[in-house]
Amino acid sequence: MSETAGKTLTVAAVLCGVCSVLVAGAVVVLKPKQVINADLDFKKNVLMSAGLLKPGTDINEAFKEVEPVVINLETGAIAEGVDPKTFDQSKADKNPDYVQEIQKTQDLAGIKRRAKLQKVYLVKKDGTLDQIVLHVYGKGLWSTMKGFLSLDKDALTVRGFNFYSHAETPGLGGEIDNPKWIAQWPGKKIYNEEMKPAIDVIKGNVDPSMPHAEYKIDGLSGATLTSVGVENTFLFWLSENGYAKFLTNVRNGEIQ
Amino acid sequence: MKTKELLLDPVVKNNPIALQVLGICSALAVTSQLKQAAIMGAAVMIVTGISSAMVAMIRNKIPNSIRIIVQMTVAASAVIVADQFLKAYFFDVSKQMSVYIGLIITNCIVMGRMEGFAMKNGPWASFLDGVGNGFGYALLLLAVGIVRELFGSGKLFGISVMSLTTEGGWYQSNGLLLLPPSAFFIIGVLIWILRTFRPEQIEKE
Repeated sequence: MSETAGKTLTVAAVLCGVCSVLVAGAVVVLKPKQVINADLDFKKNVLMSAGLLKPGTDINEAFKEVEPVVINLETGAIAEGVDPKTFDQSKADKNPDYVQEIQKTQDLAGIKRRAKLQKVYLVKKDGTLDQIVLHVYGKGLWSTMKGFLSLDKDALTVRGFNFYSHAETPGLGGEIDNPKWIAQWPGKKIYNEEMKPAIDVIKGNVDPSMPHAEYKIDGLSGATLTSVGVENTFLFWLSENGYAKFLTNVRNGEIQ
Repeated sequence: MKTKELLLDPVVKNNPIALQVLGICSALAVTSQLKQAAIMGAAVMIVTGISSAMVAMIRNKIPNSIRIIVQMTVAASAVIVADQFLKAYFFDVSKQMSVYIGLIITNCIVMGRMEGFAMKNGPWASFLDGVGNGFGYALLLLAVGIVRELFGSGKLFGISVMSLTTEGGWYQSNGLLLLPPSAFFIIGVLIWILRTFRPEQIEKE
């Protein structure tokens, strides 16, 4: 093994060349399949929150009933001049033209800022609006919990929801993934008579005879902070800073 | 050395986790579910095997002064290819395992086998040695995974075995087992058992 500087450099250069071809090749060849996977995964989460995902469902086929629209949270109307097909929410969340700071006192979800344009999903049934799927996210105990909330066309009743990404403690806060816990959400009302966000995650279990049981959700035992985080995430996204205006428009029949 | 020895020695006699105590970090991180443990084990097997073989192929050309970085480059390339492959074909799992596949590069088993074995042996022997060590690692991961998933969430490979009290069943799950530190206890117990039956593995004072 001769150890000249020239030889060392040559070996290093050749190795780098070979390895970069290998890595780049793998990325280029596998990229299309990964994009399809990410897309399918996203559609799956939307469908899951809307309760449309049953074993054996063809995700792309089922998603044909779902119409993405981009709305402006300030006006609650569909944003003009934005194509929902090309609109990228994660880019909009970083775009200074769209991002607005949230006042500390109103920032229940602990997210500091949010884009004023949000992509929402209108689920159609036989051509008419049936459900609205909203993207919600907020701080739990350890992590930002991200999920989809599906509302009935009355913009008042929960049809379903699920978190697709979080890092809460497994077995405690992580129980927000528990199908049994999620199953109590459908049928709950999100606003009270005064149209204030009313979702309430309580300590212990909900007794159906309790006053206002229709707003109440069982707390997760051993996960008070996660439970509070879930409640605040919903309260924020249903407030005026979130989807309140849009949901009013839905109730008034302005969104078809 | 014979093929069989190369492949099977690292399983019990010279297990990378139990005897050499390498690769502990990922053993804590990915063993709360068996499926993750199995995929991680397979990925490490492939990466160690391929990178050892590649280093062995060029072992006579590698200048001594840069040998570690050469090994790193080879291993890193193999890891990226494995990561991309998982993203394309096992998307759900790769999403759950997030950074841990990429972190195979920091798994001392990979580097240890390249520096300790592949630099002195031929490509085929090195490949077998890498696969064998990956296999030893995978088996230990699976053993830890079985305990953690079964007693932590009452399931095996995601299939419910013992119904949980939270879902109306009878089994009160052990929350500790879902947290990474529990893997320390399990690995400790496994090392204890192994060394009881093979006292030659006990370090001398």
